Amino acid sequence: MRDRLQDWVPRIVLAPSFAAVLLFVYGFILYTGWLSMTNSRMLPNNDFIGLANYVKLFGLKHWNIALVNLAIFGTLYILISSVLGLFLAILLDQQIRNEGFIRTVYLYPMAISFIVTGVAWKWFLDPGIGLQNTMHKWGWESFEFTWIKDSDMAIYTIVIAAIWQSSGYVMAMFLAGLRGVDNEIIKAAQVDGASGVLIYRRIIIPMMRPVFLSAFVVLTHLAIKSYDLVVAMTGGGPGRATEMPATFMYSYTFTRNQMGVGASSAIIMLVMIFSIIIPYLYSEIRAGADRR
Amino acid sequence: MASLTIDKLTKSFGVVDVLKGIDLEIEDGGFLVLVGPSGCGKSTLLNCIAGLEKISSGEVRIGDRNVEGLHPSKRDIAMVFQSYALYPNMTVRGNISFGMEIRGIDKAEREKAIEEVADILQIGELLDRKPSQLSGGQRQRVAMGRALVRHPQVFLFDEPLSNLDAKLRVDMRTEIKRLHQRMGTTIVYVTHDQIEALTLATKIAVLEAGYLQQFGTPDEIYNDPANMFVADFMGSPSMNLIDGMLDQGQEGLEVRIKGHGGSEIALPAPDTAAMRERLGKPVVFGIRPEAMTDPDGADRTSPRIETRDCYIEVSQPAGSDTFALTPLGGKECIARFRADAKIQLGSFSPISFNMTKAVFFDPETTLRIR
Amino acid sequence: MSIPSQDNAIQSGRLMRALIYTLLIFFVLYYLLPLWVMVSNSLKTLDEIHGGDMLAPPRAITFEPWKAAWSTTQVGVEATGLRPYFLNSILMVVPAVLISTFLGALNGYVLTKWSFRGANLVFGLMLLACFIPFQIVLIPMARILGMLGLAGTIPGLVMVHTVYGLGFTTLFFRNYYAAFPTELVRAAQIDGASFFQVFWRILVPSSGPIFVVTIIWQFTNVWNDFLFGASFSSYDSTPITVALNNLVNSSTGVKEYNVHFAGAILAALPTLVVYIVSGRYFVRGLMAGAVKG
Repeated sequence: MRDRLQDWVPRIVLAPSFAAVLLFVYGFILYTGWLSMTNSRMLPNNDFIGLANYVKLFGLKHWNIALVNLAIFGTLYILISSVLGLFLAILLDQQIRNEGFIRTVYLYPMAISFIVTGVAWKWFLDPGIGLQNTMHKWGWESFEFTWIKDSDMAIYTIVIAAIWQSSGYVMAMFLAGLRGVDNEIIKAAQVDGASGVLIYRRIIIPMMRPVFLSAFVVLTHLAIKSYDLVVAMTGGGPGRATEMPATFMYSYTFTRNQMGVGASSAIIMLVMIFSIIIPYLYSEIRAGADRR
Repeated sequence: MASLTIDKLTKSFGVVDVLKGIDLEIEDGGFLVLVGPSGCGKSTLLNCIAGLEKISSGEVRIGDRNVEGLHPSKRDIAMVFQSYALYPNMTVRGNISFGMEIRGIDKAEREKAIEEVADILQIGELLDRKPSQLSGGQRQRVAMGRALVRHPQVFLFDEPLSNLDAKLRVDMRTEIKRLHQRMGTTIVYVTHDQIEALTLATKIAVLEAGYLQQFGTPDEIYNDPANMFVADFMGSPSMNLIDGMLDQGQEGLEVRIKGHGGSEIALPAPDTAAMRERLGKPVVFGIRPEAMTDPDGADRTSPRIETRDCYIEVSQPAGSDTFALTPLGGKECIARFRADAKIQLGSFSPISFNMTKAVFFDPETTLRIR
Repeated sequence: MSIPSQDNAIQSGRLMRALIYTLLIFFVLYYLLPLWVMVSNSLKTLDEIHGGDMLAPPRAITFEPWKAAWSTTQVGVEATGLRPYFLNSILMVVPAVLISTFLGALNGYVLTKWSFRGANLVFGLMLLACFIPFQIVLIPMARILGMLGLAGTIPGLVMVHTVYGLGFTTLFFRNYYAAFPTELVRAAQIDGASFFQVFWRILVPSSGPIFVVTIIWQFTNVWNDFLFGASFSSYDSTPITVALNNLVNSSTGVKEYNVHFAGAILAALPTLVVYIVSGRYFVRGLMAGAVKG
């Protein structure tokens, strides 16, 4: 009457999922890594060419535009979303009537597809029918807003739409953080004579450090992966003005038949994300283990 | 019903040894209490008996049967958990009958068993409630009902009273004692509360840092502690452990203890071979607060009462008694005076030491000197 | 929503409160603006949009754009409306969500209540898999789907979404079950319950909230996915997001903005309804997705 078989049931149950993740995630990463060092074009092949694709990639103007765009987009998106999110959270934390309704409104964009967001903003910012046209109708004839058609400014329209979509999410993260602040600390500060603004600046906001970190990681990861919104709003255009690494990878791999280069750009994206996510997860899991 | 034997049991989690060679035996119908501070390994030991943790080496026998490798459900045990572990989605009835259901016992028989247990524990009117609708004491009863219904060879209790408030805890303690006397089943009971251990047990095992410190009857553990840890851990307030020096006095061995200021008192020590070996060396003099009293409160049946003047610094009235604090051997010692004893704070007052209750320890090994 | 309010005792003056409310209302309008634009313009005629003010309500409400978007407008080559693609999305989402949620529940159960040496490594690898840029798997996935004969099919998409959803579903259940009292599992074991009996009889009945959170999370993600849909679907398995993008960004013909807006709302409607009905659980999912450990 030994129960050895029972001991193995849990591992057998977990095995298919783990095998799937090993193959479809880590196996695929290795395979893409390998492809990035071959001269695969329309179809994968195994002609090893070392790091030539990476050299080529960083020589491509197209890729460098994508990187610059990612830098502009990422910086503004992360910065403004965080500041706006924190600002809204603080406003909402003042015992607001109808707080539930307001929160629901701030957060609903997270529930909808980037494609839908893209369509809405694409036409709203369209000079012909959207905001500019409306302002003209309202009598402000000199109003001009043609960013979405302007190669220099189009990337900023994507920033606008992306912030609209995610700032409510950041707000919810900060609000949860603010609600976790021990009330007695605030009371102690008030007894010390600190004003509301001072309490926020000197005590509460510094306590939000872990939330800033989480928000930063989540937003960075979203920024590097952004694909849908660009496709829906500008398709990477005008010209290549809003090309991002994600759209670059897709077009080089599937429409320009440069699979090797596409694979190498995917690897660079992975490296960018992992260099932020891995230290973060490591510290989170460590902290979690310490708490237990 | 059966006896329980634990033989050279060890348990490690990775490189950490949690239990380091435990030997215990409790007779059929006995009440064994495992007691110790948190982290001493007592709950792990209980889980090893239950089969919820695998042992690293050694043996656990229930009756004459080695239960190594047996699934918990096949060890003929029942367990009451600290959090009661009532299945939140089932009614009281469902909780009690779940095990029987799993074993495929038919419904009529299950109902009969439930009625029987509900009767014993007086939870008949709670049977159709969910655990969330019960008070702490009621949950406790249901948890015991779930264990009782199995008619196990051995009951295991894992700190079952620690989530109850003080008054309820005393009531439930009495109830468990009564239940044990009525059913006569072997019980293994884990607690960190030494009062619970002393009131419930027929045998106590004191554990600390994975070692069995002492195994004996409550009387042995309380009056005849094997080492300083047991002496300090069992009893409340705990035993005074006073640093002193063993010397040859005029009437035999004596222990000299520094008091307030430059004062010193000397108390007679038993003249044994082991004590003689420590002559001229420091010893630890152990005496419980109730053996240090005002002279009028001293135990008249004791043949060896020694009264000395000690400096009283603080008094703490506690209703039935008054505790007097006096500096001895460099630390505050507690003496237990009658409630209406006259105490002069900040002066020397006589304290009677009941020397039949005194014990001596070796400060280096912390073991008893007998 | 689940974030409890607290009396944080910072007092502010009347003027300050007026300012706070003004700002809050301003942002309410800001977030609602695109939705308003979509709804109001989806009820206008094309002429009115061309000639008019995008922010104004429709002068005469027309439901023609909605009918067109649903069943007659040209998407790609065929004039089918978005209806077939909407159905594709449903056929893809339902099995993908159910399978990945169920597996996530089992995985979370094993990782917390039957932990074994190496379990943390397994979990770490599954967790990290949540964050890969999916571009990294597109090429090999296309090949595997081809080899399995699932290229361009709905079962293929179901498989893709199940596999890449496992990390998050496992994370959700693991964190939930980590807080689930282990003593209950032990009590059930002593009662003789087997691995699966403990799962079905003890854990699942107490897992309602986390099932809702996980299902909503997975539903939202899979429904809103574009990249996998664009990469691995063919004409008869295209999900709604891809169809909407095709509709809006096709370069031929007159731009029927009102139809585009109606189509966009159709594509957003299922997740929006879920959000409005059970926003509390949606937010819990978002939070769990952001804060690990």
